[in-house]
Amino acid sequence: MKVSMKINGVEYERDVEPRRLLVHYIREDVGLTGTNVGCDTSSCGACTVLMDGKSVKSCTVLAVQAEGAEITTIEGLAEPDGTLHPLQRAFQECHGLQCGYCTPGMVMASLSLIKENPGLDERKVREGLEGNLCRCTGYHNIVKAVLQAADEMGVKA
Amino acid sequence: MYPSKFDYVRALSVDDALEKIASDEEAKFIAGGHSLVPLMKFRLATPSLLVDIGGLHDLSYIKDEGDHLAIGALTRHTEVEHSQLLQAELPMLSYVASLVGDPQVRHRGTIGGSVAHGDGASDLPAALLALDASMIAVGPSGRREIPAKEFFKGFLETALSPDELLVEIKVPKGVSSWSYKKFNRRAQDWAIVGVAAVKNGSTKVAFVNMGSSPLRSTGCEDALRSGATIEEAAERAAEGIEPPSDLNASSEFRVHLAKVLTRRALEELS
Ligand SMILES: Cc1cc2nc3c(=O)[nH]c(=O)nc-3n(C[C@H](O)[C@H](O)[C@H](O)COP(=O)(O)OP(=O)(O)OC[C@H]3O[C@@H](n4cnc5c(N)ncnc54)[C@H](O)[C@@H]3O)c2cc1C
Ligand code: FES
Ligand code: FES
Repeated sequence: MKVSMKINGVEYERDVEPRRLLVHYIREDVGLTGTNVGCDTSSCGACTVLMDGKSVKSCTVLAVQAEGAEITTIEGLAEPDGTLHPLQRAFQECHGLQCGYCTPGMVMASLSLIKENPGLDERKVREGLEGNLCRCTGYHNIVKAVLQAADEMGVKA
Repeated sequence: MYPSKFDYVRALSVDDALEKIASDEEAKFIAGGHSLVPLMKFRLATPSLLVDIGGLHDLSYIKDEGDHLAIGALTRHTEVEHSQLLQAELPMLSYVASLVGDPQVRHRGTIGGSVAHGDGASDLPAALLALDASMIAVGPSGRREIPAKEFFKGFLETALSPDELLVEIKVPKGVSSWSYKKFNRRAQDWAIVGVAAVKNGSTKVAFVNMGSSPLRSTGCEDALRSGATIEEAAERAAEGIEPPSDLNASSEFRVHLAKVLTRRALEELS
C-alpha cells in the first residue's frame, strides 16, 4: 500500500507491504542509511528516529503507522552547508563515540530528551538514555556530550 | 525480522473500528504496537488483519470526573507520566508510567494497549488492579464497565472479547497513600517482581510478574483487615500464589521478593 511521510522536511511516498518496518522504509525504500539496525527487538536504540518530534525505535514501528508523520533522522540535523548540529559537534568534541554504531540513535534519543526536559543533569541524562546501548564508550563521554549540547542549546538548568 | 503477511486498515472512528474488527475473525487492533509488533516479529502473533486505532485522537485524554479520573485508552505512557492533573490527583499512576520501558517505548505505548494486552509482567495493569480501576469497553452489544478484579483472566487473556474496543480507564480518587516497588536488575528491564500498594479506605496490594496475570495479594489484604502487623501481613503476601520460574528468578526467589517488597511498600504507606 502507498505510504507517505515527510523525512527531514522532504515528502516521500513509497508503495510498501503493511509489514514493512519504518526502519527499512527509511533505509531501503528512501535510501537514508544513517539510521542503524542493532538488535531488531526494541532493546538497543540504534534505530531511534524522531517521529513528530519524539524519539521512537523505528524497528518497532510499522511504516504504515507513520503515514503522514514528520520523521527526523540523523541526516536531518546538520545545516545544508555541512555545519554540524550542536549535539553532533558535542559528541565529536567530547569523544562521545568510538565505533559509531550506536551514535545516530544516541544523538536522536538525546535530542528528544533535551527538548522534553529543561534542566537536565547527569542523572537525568543517564536515565533518559536507558533505551540506548553502547558497547564501546562506557557512556561517560556520551553523557558529557549531551550535557554540553543541552547547555549550548540553552535548555540546561 | 518480519511479521508474517497481514492486511491493514485504519479506523476512522470508534464505530468504524468496531465494524472493521468484526469483518475478520483473525483481526486485531493495533494502538502503539509496542507489545503487538514485537510479538508479530517473533511470529507469536499472526493476525490476518490489523485495525489501526492509533489515529483515534478523541480517545487520548485525561479528565477529572469528580470522584474519579478518566483516562482515554489511546493516552500514551509519556502523557500519563507528565500529566499535571495526574501528578496532582493520582501521582502513583504517573510514577508507574515513568517506569515503563524507556522514553522511546513511552512515546509510543498506550495505557489501553498495556491493559488490553493483560501481561502479568506489565506495570500499569497491576497498579490499576491495586487502584480498583475499571475498564470501559464498547462492542457490538454496547458499552460495559468491567472492574479490574474481573478484567485480568490469565496469560495475555482479559475479559475483552475480540470484537470489543477498550475506550477508557476509570480510576477512583481518594487514595490517601501509595507505594510502588519495581525490582529489576538492569535499566529498561521489566519487573522481576513488582508490588503496588494503595490505601483508599482499606489497603490493596497487587503484584507484577507473580503469575500469568496481574494478581491481588489476598493473603496480605486479609491479614491487614484482621489487624495483623506489617511484618505478619507481608509474610502472607504470596499465600495461594505460585509464581513462575524463568531465567531471571526461580519461583522461590519470587516469593521471597514479594514478601520483602510488600513489607517495604506497606512501611511506606503508614
Ligand atoms: C523494549 C520494551 C520494553 C518494555 N518495557 C515495559 C515495562 O517495563 N513495563 C511495562 O509495563 N511494559 C513494558 N513494555 C510494553 C509497553 O508498555 C507497551 O507499549 C504496552 O504494553 C502496549 O501498548 P501499545 O499501545 O503499544 O499496544 P499494542 O501493542 O498496539 O497492542 C497490544 C495488544 O492490545 C490490543 N489493544 C490495544 N489497544 C486496544 C484497545 N483500545 N482495545 C482493545 N484492544 C486493544 C492489541 O490488539 C494487542 O493485542 C515494553 C515494551 C517494549 C517494546
Ligand atoms: S534495532 Fe531497534 S532498538 Fe535495536
Ligand atoms: S560507539 Fe560503538 S557502540 Fe557506541
